Amino acid sequence: MQASSKPILVIGGGVAGMTAAVEAAEVGFHVLLVEQEPSLGGRVTRAHRYFPKMCPPTCGFEINVRRIRQNPRIQVHTLATVEEISGTAGAFKARIRIRPRYVTGSHSLDDAALAQLTSERDDDFNEGMSKTKAVYLPHDMAYPPLHVVDREALSDGDAEALSTLCPPGSVDLDMAEEEIEVEVGAVIVATGWRPYDATRLENLGFGRCENVITNVMMERLAAPGGPTGGKIVRPSDGQAALNVAFVQCAGSRDENHLPYCSAVCCMASLKQARYLREENPDAQATLFYIDIRTIGREESFYYDLLEDDHVSFVKGKVAQVDEVADGKDLSVDVEDTLNGETLHGTFDLVVLATGIVPNTADVKIPYELTYDEYGFVDGSTNVEGIYAAGCAKRPCDVSRTTKDSTAAALKAIQCLQGGE
Amino acid sequence: MEDDKIGVFVCTGYGIADALDVDALCKVVTEECGVGFCKTVESCEGPGLAGILEFVESEELGKVVVAGISARRFEGHVFPAGVVVEHVALREHVVWCQPPGEEDTQMLAEDYLRMALAKIRKVSAPEPFHPEEEIDKSVLVVGGGITGLTAALEVAKTGYDVHLVEKADRLGGWLAKQHRSVPTKPPYRDLEDTGVDALVAEVEGHSRIQVHTSSVTGSISGAPGLFDVTLASATNGEPGDSFRVGAIVQATGWRPKDPRETLPYGQVEDVVRSIDLEEMVKNRGTITRPSDGKEVKSIAFLQNGGAPAQADHSYCSSICSLTALKQALYLREGDTEAKAYIFYEFMKTPGHYEDFYRRVQEDPGVFLTRGDVTDVTRDDDGGLVVTARHTMQGEDIQVKVDLVVLATGMEPNAADGEAIRALADAKRKAETGDTEEQRQAAAENVEALRQHEGTAILNLDYRQGPDLPALANGFPDSHFICFPYETRRTGIYAAGAVRQPMDGVGSREDATGAALKAIQCVEMTARGEAVHPRAGDESYPEFFLQRCTQCKRCTEECPFGVLNEDEKGTPLLQATRCRRCGVCMGACPERIVSFKDYSVDIVASMIKAVEVPDEDEEKPRILALLCENDAYPALDLVGQHRLRMNPFVRFIPVRCLGSVNSVWITEAISAGYDGVVLIGCKYGDDYQCHFIKGSELAVARGENIREKLQQMAMENERVEIHELQISDYEQLPKIFDDFAEVIETYGMNPFKGM
Repeated sequence: MQASSKPILVIGGGVAGMTAAVEAAEVGFHVLLVEQEPSLGGRVTRAHRYFPKMCPPTCGFEINVRRIRQNPRIQVHTLATVEEISGTAGAFKARIRIRPRYVTGSHSLDDAALAQLTSERDDDFNEGMSKTKAVYLPHDMAYPPLHVVDREALSDGDAEALSTLCPPGSVDLDMAEEEIEVEVGAVIVATGWRPYDATRLENLGFGRCENVITNVMMERLAAPGGPTGGKIVRPSDGQAALNVAFVQCAGSRDENHLPYCSAVCCMASLKQARYLREENPDAQATLFYIDIRTIGREESFYYDLLEDDHVSFVKGKVAQVDEVADGKDLSVDVEDTLNGETLHGTFDLVVLATGIVPNTADVKIPYELTYDEYGFVDGSTNVEGIYAAGCAKRPCDVSRTTKDSTAAALKAIQCLQGGE
Repeated sequence: MEDDKIGVFVCTGYGIADALDVDALCKVVTEECGVGFCKTVESCEGPGLAGILEFVESEELGKVVVAGISARRFEGHVFPAGVVVEHVALREHVVWCQPPGEEDTQMLAEDYLRMALAKIRKVSAPEPFHPEEEIDKSVLVVGGGITGLTAALEVAKTGYDVHLVEKADRLGGWLAKQHRSVPTKPPYRDLEDTGVDALVAEVEGHSRIQVHTSSVTGSISGAPGLFDVTLASATNGEPGDSFRVGAIVQATGWRPKDPRETLPYGQVEDVVRSIDLEEMVKNRGTITRPSDGKEVKSIAFLQNGGAPAQADHSYCSSICSLTALKQALYLREGDTEAKAYIFYEFMKTPGHYEDFYRRVQEDPGVFLTRGDVTDVTRDDDGGLVVTARHTMQGEDIQVKVDLVVLATGMEPNAADGEAIRALADAKRKAETGDTEEQRQAAAENVEALRQHEGTAILNLDYRQGPDLPALANGFPDSHFICFPYETRRTGIYAAGAVRQPMDGVGSREDATGAALKAIQCVEMTARGEAVHPRAGDESYPEFFLQRCTQCKRCTEECPFGVLNEDEKGTPLLQATRCRRCGVCMGACPERIVSFKDYSVDIVASMIKAVEVPDEDEEKPRILALLCENDAYPALDLVGQHRLRMNPFVRFIPVRCLGSVNSVWITEAISAGYDGVVLIGCKYGDDYQCHFIKGSELAVARGENIREKLQQMAMENERVEIHELQISDYEQLPKIFDDFAEVIETYGMNPFKGM
């Protein structure tokens, strides 16, 4: 093996990007891992558990962070975005913009001291369902393990207070944005996904009815580190959710929204029904679905749940969700396609299984790449030297993402090797 | 090495100096432990760390203890190579979870320093393992279907040599039997050429790939970097070529499951499997009825959900829906009048395949409905009548068709190496067992395992069996979510449908990923490093065989089948197979296994370094051995969240709970500890242990521990084992508070002060 001196640029530090980075670096290649958020981990660190094993993502995250920490061949840039890529395979140039963290890393900060700050911000890690201080650690296991300052949320008074609350030199509010230019041999696009904007599903009540939430919010409600300490409750009154409707294909498989299937929502909802059932033996879950798409070894997860008489399944696409006349409960209208009857159910919480939208639907990679009509990178027409992995290419689960990212790492290595 | 100069740095920042008497801490280092070099520093990050590094260089320190923040806050490569570093998390493990200024808090911090020094004195920097022979970097790919072909090509394209072995007389596998492929690219509507001819040609023409058709692996001995392979003829078993490889990709694919008995496959002639239809179209271009050769005008496709009550719900074959949609188009493309009926329980077309599904739905000659097929009967005029209940809108329907096609379930073409070994053991015992009873029991075992007779594929010369161990449903992989390539045999990676049912695109990706893992393995092995999960670890186990009693615990318990045995049962280490978990070290009653930086002696020294107060001081001591992967990092989160931890617990991280040697527990009890808690990862079918069964082994060894406690006249309740994942950090304090109460009921350990 002749390791080229040029590194591989990995865009995106979620599970796809982290996997691609460690796999390439452990072969012996240098990697530049660029993440736009202040911490690595992406969307999966926000999940409570993985299906079908019901294990926490933190376990795999911890060991991947250890692999990154211990590997001198990996360089991580957070709060960073790739603004421009030029050149060709083996000799790309990338311009990377690094936004200021305002925290220097010279001495880590202490949440106990920062508790005195008054300025707060919506916690995006908890899908906006809770607040953090304006100087915050992105999440418990954030890597790099550094706080970050939300400059817009920080009041003048708090800005001043920081000089006494934090060790000297640890915070620098004058820190400026930085741009660096790097030469890289290959690029891996691991830019991931965002949930479909549920407010666009007007009939399903999100944003209009307080107790209609999305599946990504449900993950945070179930997580011990989430806004409710792991309690699945109604946003309107904080009462335990006892009768929950899961609305599948909320946007997906719908030509007016996302014509494709998002591939993970069936298993996500089945998993969330289990969260609910494990937390509360009296709780009732109802899934409204078109097809239950449990693939491969996920199959038994569905059949196990069928045994639970507190979980019911209705084949039908939900037409309308509204608040009932006299309160915050929700009425759900759906036609049961198995018998042709129209059902009207009342629930105290509705979870919309919103689908996967590629981040490249909104922001394209600054290089000539081909995308399909939905904004996914078209994996069949890879530009030499640039390889997409995970949800940048198609909606897929973590298992598929990790192997796809490992594959992308090899394609990048072949590019550095000059091909044979 | 004992004579390396030791330096200790005690941080005063992070609230440490406010909560602890730092001078007293330094005195423990200098006066009690006799270490000359002890400095206080304000921080151990940024400039503080730079200052420490300057001292390391100027004072030529070979071993460094940094008492400040958690080891998880340090990059792994900031200290010069060869310098041994031990971190004491005074901040997370003491200051953040104990009341400041208390005697117990101070005692805890002092103990952690004593433990760190006891450890670092006995640790030496690992030297990477390099076998005498040169590491071979070529790769063996077993199986020449879509996955094997892709893996071989991807390895070769990266610049490594490949041996590709296929049991059939030509390459291509199931891919070569397909007429067309489902769409793989935008707009995901049109069937595609399978591409098999081009793929095979590229493989056969590649200078780095040596193709061995009509061949199987007759035997594989050795270890990563040093596998010796001898092929055998697939037809007569005669030995074939021999060569050496560094890593192996098992891409042996799948075989069709027998269609369920309730569907009249094999009874009614014109009921065929989807693979039969595929071959018919591929080879003849037309679809005809097997019974009378009549051209087929209508087909009913029955999916797995055709008869849900009878279905096997262990796993779904992933591609059955797609295959039915594809084959419906075969019929329709050949004959615009033809009709296809697809009966399904769930139409499974994830991702972009939804576009393909929609395209088939638009076809007026394809009728798709959910339904339970209850009957397929022969009509008077030679047709077949399919009866289905519970279709859409609750109707029961009957359709008359020329042909019925059953979805083909996929079964992995894998062998269960452990079961094959168990069968051989049982056979031997059935003949040579000491008593009639034993022989009888073994004979019953032989019957139970008979299905594994002659199933071996790889034919590995491994003590634990000739193939990869199987997980649920016979799939030979392990952590299929986070680490899909981590099989239980280092350097051997399963890929494709042998690992789980998957489509063509998935198989190609999987093959490419496995190709990387194979290359990564030979490169890391050549550097003398461990592969995942202790990637980059340069330590490896050493066996002091003079003291070995051939008890075979290590050879039986190693989760990765690292150790073979000689005829007497002495372990034969093949170090490049090793994942460095230390399970052998935990298993060994003679304590003959050790790593340069992790050994029975090192941890025992840490245990004994703790100052155990006399019985009348009423300050119990609890030893806690925590898995470094999940439970130990959870301790940092306890601190981060300022949860209060019982001050009498002394935590020690272990590589895996399976590496815990029971002598540590007896040593602790002898030293006056009042109880011991072991915390590892979840085990069972959905295990989370990075070493597969380490925590399970720790529990299984509990009996041994109980015996030892009995011999010491101590209560069993003084040892507990728990499972904990990082995200459950909140439970940690409670585990110890509860345990302290248990200890209290039994009173202080009478061994104290003895």
